[in-house]
Amino acid sequence: MEISVTVNGSVHSHDVEPRTLLVQYIREQVGLTGTNIGCDTSSCGACTIHIDGESVKSCTVLAVQADGADITTIEGLATDGQLHPMQQAFMENHGLQCGYCTPGMVMAATSLLRENPHPNEQDVRIGLEGNLCRCTGYHNIVKAVLAAAGS
Amino acid sequence: MTTTEAAPTTVIGQRRLRREDPALLTGEAKFTNDLAVPGALNLALVRSPYAHARIVGIDTSAAADAPGVIAVYTGNDLAEHWAAPMPCAWPVTEDMKNPPHFPLAKEKVCYAGDAVAAVLADTEGAAQDAAALVNVEYEPLDAVIDLEDALSDRVVIHEDIGTNKSYTWALKVEPDDGAIDAAFERAAFTVSERYVQQRLIPMAIETRAVVAVPQPFGGDITIYSATQIPHILKLMMAVTLGIPEHQVRVIAPAVGGGFGSKLNVYAEELLCVALARKHGVPVRWAESRAENTQATIQGRGQIQHIDLAADENGKLTALRVRLLCDMGAYLQLVTPGIPLLGAFLYAGVYDLPQAYDFECTSVFTTMTPTDAYRGAGRPEATYAIERAMDALAAKVAVDPLELRRRNFIPTASYPYTAWSGLVYDSGDHDAAATEAARLIGYDDVRARQQTQNVEGATKRLGIGVSTYFEMCGLAPSRVLASLSYAAGGWEAATVRVLPTARVQVVTGTAPHGQGHETAWSMIVGEKLGISPDDVDVLHSDTAIAPLGMDTYGSRSLPVGGVAIAMACDKVIDKAALIAAHRLEASADDLEYAGGAFTVKGSPDKTIPLAAIAWEAFSAHDLPDGLEPNLEAAVTYDPPNFSWPFGTHMCLVEVDTETGGVDLQKYVAVDDCGVQINPLIVDGQVHGGVVQGVAQALYEEAVYDSHGNLKTSTLAEYLVPAASDVPSITLGHTVTPSPTNQLGVKGIGEAGTIGAAPAVINAIVDALSGLGVHDVPMPASPLNVWNAIHGADGPTDTAGTDVGDHPGATARTTTGGEGAAS
Repeated sequence: MEISVTVNGSVHSHDVEPRTLLVQYIREQVGLTGTNIGCDTSSCGACTIHIDGESVKSCTVLAVQADGADITTIEGLATDGQLHPMQQAFMENHGLQCGYCTPGMVMAATSLLRENPHPNEQDVRIGLEGNLCRCTGYHNIVKAVLAAAGS
Repeated sequence: MTTTEAAPTTVIGQRRLRREDPALLTGEAKFTNDLAVPGALNLALVRSPYAHARIVGIDTSAAADAPGVIAVYTGNDLAEHWAAPMPCAWPVTEDMKNPPHFPLAKEKVCYAGDAVAAVLADTEGAAQDAAALVNVEYEPLDAVIDLEDALSDRVVIHEDIGTNKSYTWALKVEPDDGAIDAAFERAAFTVSERYVQQRLIPMAIETRAVVAVPQPFGGDITIYSATQIPHILKLMMAVTLGIPEHQVRVIAPAVGGGFGSKLNVYAEELLCVALARKHGVPVRWAESRAENTQATIQGRGQIQHIDLAADENGKLTALRVRLLCDMGAYLQLVTPGIPLLGAFLYAGVYDLPQAYDFECTSVFTTMTPTDAYRGAGRPEATYAIERAMDALAAKVAVDPLELRRRNFIPTASYPYTAWSGLVYDSGDHDAAATEAARLIGYDDVRARQQTQNVEGATKRLGIGVSTYFEMCGLAPSRVLASLSYAAGGWEAATVRVLPTARVQVVTGTAPHGQGHETAWSMIVGEKLGISPDDVDVLHSDTAIAPLGMDTYGSRSLPVGGVAIAMACDKVIDKAALIAAHRLEASADDLEYAGGAFTVKGSPDKTIPLAAIAWEAFSAHDLPDGLEPNLEAAVTYDPPNFSWPFGTHMCLVEVDTETGGVDLQKYVAVDDCGVQINPLIVDGQVHGGVVQGVAQALYEEAVYDSHGNLKTSTLAEYLVPAASDVPSITLGHTVTPSPTNQLGVKGIGEAGTIGAAPAVINAIVDALSGLGVHDVPMPASPLNVWNAIHGADGPTDTAGTDVGDHPGATARTTTGGEGAAS
């Protein structure tokens, strides 16, 4: 099936198999591999992206369902060579170690702040419970999100 | 001359932000499965749904005819491709049983997930579709999931070795025969405890992935793998596939966590290489999460018996340990050695006389092989001694913290020769314990318990203490030899000052989240008196860094980092000869500081490293006999392990009506000697603690009586989410290691080692007024509730029940609440 989506401001049109997940489409056909895959049960959140401004686990969406959508991936967050404030906060607070969950975590965190610009620690912890990290114990991720909210 | 060792520290100790981060934060970093490799074929594996079965026949015809399929192979088809079975590098005893293990099973399968056929197709989807068409006829056999059942040989898994027992390894130290028995007989107090270390799934968020790229007309092959051990993998590829070692290049691109699970040589790596060579095209494989939970090693899996003898003050006089360890279906790279890594730590941080009796028996089961998982034997040991110390404190009727203080190795006795003959480098256990007690408000909590934990109270407060040693920095090669480990424990480093005075460091460590590029650049910056920004760190590619022993066992800094510091010294020594030549002085009269040599007492006679670098490169006017260029290589074999230590404490409130545990505060005071970058140290502790808390409260690989893994996805296996754990309060003491010039110790596993006993001790402390003596891990609401309401303590857990696991029920209960969603 032919679909057309806007990814990070550029329009992409491709023929996709009906069973193709959006995350596979983004990685394999659009060629943006920053969005990672960490499970097959929509549990880990590594593939979190924004569709029309909402954070979505891109393994829960078929590529054909995204036809016409405006998608932002981790590659679209930094602009003009400057890290997005959330990316900067993750760096300054050591909110990442191996970095594999990080793109999804950052995308979920930016969406969280859009919905709740002034969260407390518990809001952040609950808001990110769909994204798993095995390295950081979440301590510095939570700190980073709170720092980004304050900046 | 003097080096910067005497100069004040300027770079080491800074909370410097990580240079690794921008690429990882923007999606620019390439993990193995991100690599675009034109023309690559995709590998998919057919895996056994049975834990134990004979392969009667395999019909590959439908799969072979499926669209996009290039070839389908069974174990028999590929038998000639293996020059040797898959490697186990740790034959712990001469009579250890190690059944041959090949990438594809041929006659029988020994765990659910054992691979029986391989499909190559032009797309990943086509390969997976075709794998589902391979028709395997099995004759199911009884599963063996219980360790004591395995030991009985009721069902022998590997018939050719005739038993399920792999080995028994013993370590007994006593001044004369019978001394330990006598110590137990005359002890004022004894405790005899049994604990179960449930199986855990390491669950790095990046699953494994492999791309093998052959050069058909030269024979060279390049392997990209999500591995912690590119160097060991290169060697093992050569051995198992019979490829000349110099034709094998292994690259570990960005690697998304390991925790020991990527410290192995896996079937899929061998298959990708063998099939890439056979077909003359690249072959790639990416592991699904459901495969990862079954085909990647698991951790822990032990039944522990620990007996303590103590005098009337609670001072330890003898210690006896018996372990029954779960190897799983086969021995992987270091499977049999994991219990041995714990064998030296069952006395913890305590001043035990030479009265130590350890014996470990390890058995095969029909479950996924076990191997190193963060801490690898040491969290298990620490758990047993720290739980047993609480049991002893209860008998002696003394506060658990006070009992520990009575037994701590005195600070003045360091370096301390332990019962084992191993020398502990440095420690101040009282300082760490005092700091942890201060941070958690120990006395205040004890006071609150008096008013809160009254009769009939349903919300009970508990405080748990855990003090630990971590034997890390694997390892002195001679010690490894005495433990029958096949390889050494050295690390290699090259420091190269380029003509423009930029510095290249080549390291044999293989980071996968630990921030080595940042930390190593700081060591070089400190040593050479230059900015870390002028230092580039090269690693994880065996063509660039040909020598190395990789990253595991909290070894990278105390072995690899120290090697880099030593290489810097050699660079300075060589540069001094050039500087002396230029300044017309004796090298002995020079001092090096701030990136320049200066003649002592003549501050105007100076030359910067940058000028020397160019001199070394141009070689126009070097001292007679001196080789051009400014670089030095070091291979460092540490004289000792490094021995980080610390105290963890946690505060819980247990709801006796629901069995729910509210982890209210967690304090970790860790001492890893000198900290190169405290930002990274803190991160290692945070993550380690949460993995230990996860073992204590949430995680368990649950198998049913047929050997099916019931927790094969992240929907069932409860990796904690941010909402499941608290923030962590950190404290540090700094007791430099005297065995290396940086004064450093490892920190990667400390958090995990300290955490699980702290949590369980807190829960048992909360419930002690109710007659609860133990709570099994994971302390799920059901397990806690059963411990409270059971007749005399908890029901048995992993390894003892033949049948469905009680933890499985707990899992369903807590999982249903979406704790890991």
